[in-house]
Amino acid sequence: MVGIVGYGSYVPRLRISVEEIAKVWGENPEGIKKGLNITEKSVPELDEDTITISLEAARNALLRAEINPRDIGAVYIGSESHPYAVKPSGTVVAEALGVGPDVNIVDTEFACKAGTSCIILNMGLVKAGYIKYGLAIGADTSQGRPGDMLEYTAAAGGAAFIIGNKDLVAEIEDWYSFTTDTSDFWRREGQDYPSHGARFTGKPAYFKHLLSSTNNIMEKNNLKPEDFKHVVLHMPNGKFPLKAAKTLGFSSDQIRQSMIVCKIGNCYSGSSVLGLTNVLDIAEPGDKILMTSYGSGAGSDSFIINVTDRILKVRDKAKKTEDYMNNKENINYGMYARLRGKLKV
Amino acid sequence: MGHRSSIPLYWRLQKSKYNLVGTKCKTCGKLYFPPRQLCSECRRKGEIEDFSFSGKGEIISFTVIRAAPEGFEKYTPYAIALIKLEEGEVISGQIVGDVTKVEEGKKVKSVFRRMHEDGKDGVIFYGVKFQLVG
Repeated sequence: MVGIVGYGSYVPRLRISVEEIAKVWGENPEGIKKGLNITEKSVPELDEDTITISLEAARNALLRAEINPRDIGAVYIGSESHPYAVKPSGTVVAEALGVGPDVNIVDTEFACKAGTSCIILNMGLVKAGYIKYGLAIGADTSQGRPGDMLEYTAAAGGAAFIIGNKDLVAEIEDWYSFTTDTSDFWRREGQDYPSHGARFTGKPAYFKHLLSSTNNIMEKNNLKPEDFKHVVLHMPNGKFPLKAAKTLGFSSDQIRQSMIVCKIGNCYSGSSVLGLTNVLDIAEPGDKILMTSYGSGAGSDSFIINVTDRILKVRDKAKKTEDYMNNKENINYGMYARLRGKLKV
Repeated sequence: MGHRSSIPLYWRLQKSKYNLVGTKCKTCGKLYFPPRQLCSECRRKGEIEDFSFSGKGEIISFTVIRAAPEGFEKYTPYAIALIKLEEGEVISGQIVGDVTKVEEGKKVKSVFRRMHEDGKDGVIFYGVKFQLVG
């Protein structure tokens, strides 16, 4: 069985609250907090980016995997904020981890599901016997146009997974992808900020793909919502995943642990995978987890994950997602504008 | 176009800059960072090997940079400290975050960050900085 040998997360320490952003744009913070079900979001420092976040998360994954980094045969990083347009993030991360040079590296992009697709790519190579271990990372330092509703949610963070076929902390029983050509959210080459189709991002985009993918993987495996201990759904805000979970037949208890969005915002490629690491941090052997990502453009990847006994042995070998979420310092909008390059000097 | 950093120079030092890899003399045990290929104590009798420092240490002195050199202007104010690593070596490094919280005697650990970049179209250089612990 192919699965997760080690996992790790990283979330920058700075936060900006909904109140702080709403104050600048003359909006009602209580209405926005209620509407989006988030209180604040993470903000990267000037010297943090997708590469630094990926590396810190991957180092935590290596601590839990307890493997020789030279045995990693593939490094795939999914993000929509790779620091370079041409020059892979994965090369810096692999070099700093001590991976390679016998390694295949490529960066991927599919809005917020680029990271989960890296898990699938690695599963294929491991299952085929081409590589012993593969590293899959989803990380972002996402941007929202000033004054846009996205500014309240676009956050930074990432998670890393070492995929292999022995000494697993969680088996990946099956995966499934559901993809169509749906332009709900995009960023053109050279543009600083993404654009979106407002309400079109909901029903025909997020809900159609995420619900179809989740329902189809359950049907394919003859499973029902009550067969899972936890469900992790992509979190563009704090409302959509709760509504989707209810529609699918999951209870609020099943989704609660994964809802990192309320405290740190939408980490894009890092969103669903950080939800998963937060679940793995408290999961018990035998727990069954269903995770579905969503990437605009549009598609969803679903995974059925079974936690093994090894989780208890390695869980405390690295910082937990909750540790990163709770270690925070709030900043004002002026500092936020400076850190995110919104001030032209 | 302003000053450009040497890409080959940084590339040659990547291992030590990314992971605090220095060297150790197997003969006398002396540690070096940045790495040295010849032991200053044992000279030709010395035998040099790579040595990875833990990245944990303590600030013994620091200064706050407010007028930064080219390429670092956007990071001001930032603190540059002398850090005594737990292995005993003293190295210089940048302390990330709020400079008002930097004090002598505080414990630090290494983190991986952007060091500087050659303008908007140049190479981005990465390496080790230090973060206050606790």
